[in-house]
Amino acid sequence: MIAWSIRRLVQACFVVLAMTVIVFVGVHVIGNPVDILISPEADQAERARIISNLGLDQPLWRQYGYFLYDALHGDLGRSFVFNEPALKLIAQRMPATLELAVTAVLFAMFLGVPLGLYAGLKPDGFLGRAIMAGSILGFSLPSFWVGLMLIMVFAVQLGWLPSTGRGQTETLFGVPWSFLTVDGLRHMLMPAVNLALFNISLVLRLTRAGVRETLPMDFVKFARAKGLSPARVIFVHVLKNIMIPVVTVLGLELGSTIAFIAFAVVTESVFAWPGMGKLIIDSINVLDRPVIVAYLMMIVLLFVAINLVVDILYMLLDPRVRLERKS
Amino acid sequence: MNATVEVRNLRTHFFTRAGVVKAVDDVSFSVSGGQVLGLVGESGSGKTVTGFSIIGLVDPPGRIAGGSIWYQGQDLAKLSEREMRSLRGNRIAMIFQDPMMTLNPVLRIDTQMIETVLAHARVSREEARRRSRDALGMVGIPSPDERLRAYPHQFSGGMRQRVAIAIALLHNPDLLIADEPTTALDVTIQAQILAEVQKLAVEHGTALIWITHDLSVIAGLADQIAVMYAGRIVEFGDATTVLDRPLHPYTHGLIGSVPSRNKRGERLRQIPGMTPNLLSLPAGCAFRMRCAHADVACEAEPPVEPRDGRDLRCCHPMDQAA
Repeated sequence: MIAWSIRRLVQACFVVLAMTVIVFVGVHVIGNPVDILISPEADQAERARIISNLGLDQPLWRQYGYFLYDALHGDLGRSFVFNEPALKLIAQRMPATLELAVTAVLFAMFLGVPLGLYAGLKPDGFLGRAIMAGSILGFSLPSFWVGLMLIMVFAVQLGWLPSTGRGQTETLFGVPWSFLTVDGLRHMLMPAVNLALFNISLVLRLTRAGVRETLPMDFVKFARAKGLSPARVIFVHVLKNIMIPVVTVLGLELGSTIAFIAFAVVTESVFAWPGMGKLIIDSINVLDRPVIVAYLMMIVLLFVAINLVVDILYMLLDPRVRLERKS
Repeated sequence: MNATVEVRNLRTHFFTRAGVVKAVDDVSFSVSGGQVLGLVGESGSGKTVTGFSIIGLVDPPGRIAGGSIWYQGQDLAKLSEREMRSLRGNRIAMIFQDPMMTLNPVLRIDTQMIETVLAHARVSREEARRRSRDALGMVGIPSPDERLRAYPHQFSGGMRQRVAIAIALLHNPDLLIADEPTTALDVTIQAQILAEVQKLAVEHGTALIWITHDLSVIAGLADQIAVMYAGRIVEFGDATTVLDRPLHPYTHGLIGSVPSRNKRGERLRQIPGMTPNLLSLPAGCAFRMRCAHADVACEAEPPVEPRDGRDLRCCHPMDQAA
């Protein structure tokens, strides 16, 4: 177990290191920030001064060396645009995205698993079919459109929920959070549902497939032959077997919901949610290299951490994995 | 002796889209405490469905369409699911064919045993654990205390089947239905399990229904034998009577198909043809397509008649034909 943990940690370090190279080189390929940052009226001397200030006059390998050295000291550079530490910028936006993503994944878990379970147990019933049909919509409707429709119906027509912003926040560990106030929760509900829709559909289908696959197994019939209650058969014998793939997917979902701007940024834009998605898109537009690099580094760390947690959950859920790891 | 379970004219049908599959069609037999009934037949003959009918685990689209299963003055076919559940695993238990699949891979042995105890007895967890440990010891599993904390994948096939048997015997059932429990095992393990189950059944006065396609297994074990073909019992009587002087051509063919009876170099005997499709059973005797003695008389459904110390469903018994 300890040997395994150390091996995993070393692995994780190499992944992060490899990512720094890829990200650093990649960001330098997409364009020169000097063209955007420096006003066309600036003369040659001023240009040279700014470039050397930003450290862009150094060769790439030296820039990377400085970056790595600073990164090891907890400094991921200063934003060209805001002239603030990139890490601070991200840290300011992170909680908003984090709480939204976590809420969405919780929705996926607490709605997706029960719905999938029901659809798996009653595949021919009306409700079971309706759930499956609904999940196709959840997959295929573009999230910006669903977001707009949600705003149209619940904010504009019915006026039940606020359409934009984080609402009232409460400070915890020096960070403002929306989920601690009723108003904040009301603001969070729609974007979270919008984000969760795809995840719910995915988890639901996965759970249903698992149920359909597990129910005909001999051990389920044997559990019934033992005279166990249907609840025990389903929630202990069937569900525990299904949870292994579901946990994997939920972990990946959490990571991708936070990281992949494809989801987060659209939802964050539609609901004017001040999260990281908006920051990274703006930074890419103005080629604010330190922010992009810092953001991607955070995401890599997040993914590595989530994968580690998923692996540990795996071991808790599946005794066969546990044995392999020991030997 | 009073029968523990008496099955009368049982019909279990599967109502599929393609038509009604009469998996069990007019089956009657009884078995008493301490006795072993061997239920023999090819795959698809309805033996397993008969077992599931008794324990009330026929899955849709199948259901018991007629007949009765008498146990202690009540008809199991008419009990509610809740009443049936209180008997299942308690008074009537079942073990399955493939021990690799019968235990839940992600739950420890103790979880799977204790839940069975607690499902039917109001005892503390410690008491349930103690009973589970004793049951494991009873079926010959060494150091049961340690093994309780193990997972199924840490056991061999034979050991897993022993665990399944221990679970089935936790409540000293009146009836144990064993559905080919040794077919997936090595011959040596098979012999051990057979001896073990036989001993336990006699000790506890448990009635045993042993479902198998293997006559050599049943020969030394069963007191009575019921031979099934296409959902019907074609021959039912004392084991020695049926095995020594089979009257139904199908029983005769089954016995002839046991390889050990062949002389060296001789071509293995077999029953020609295949088991009929239960969706399109011909009228009359279901075996007549494969039977050497079939004639016009077989196109009418043969009735069950007592003959030479057994119940027989055949117009041309072997003693007559020979």
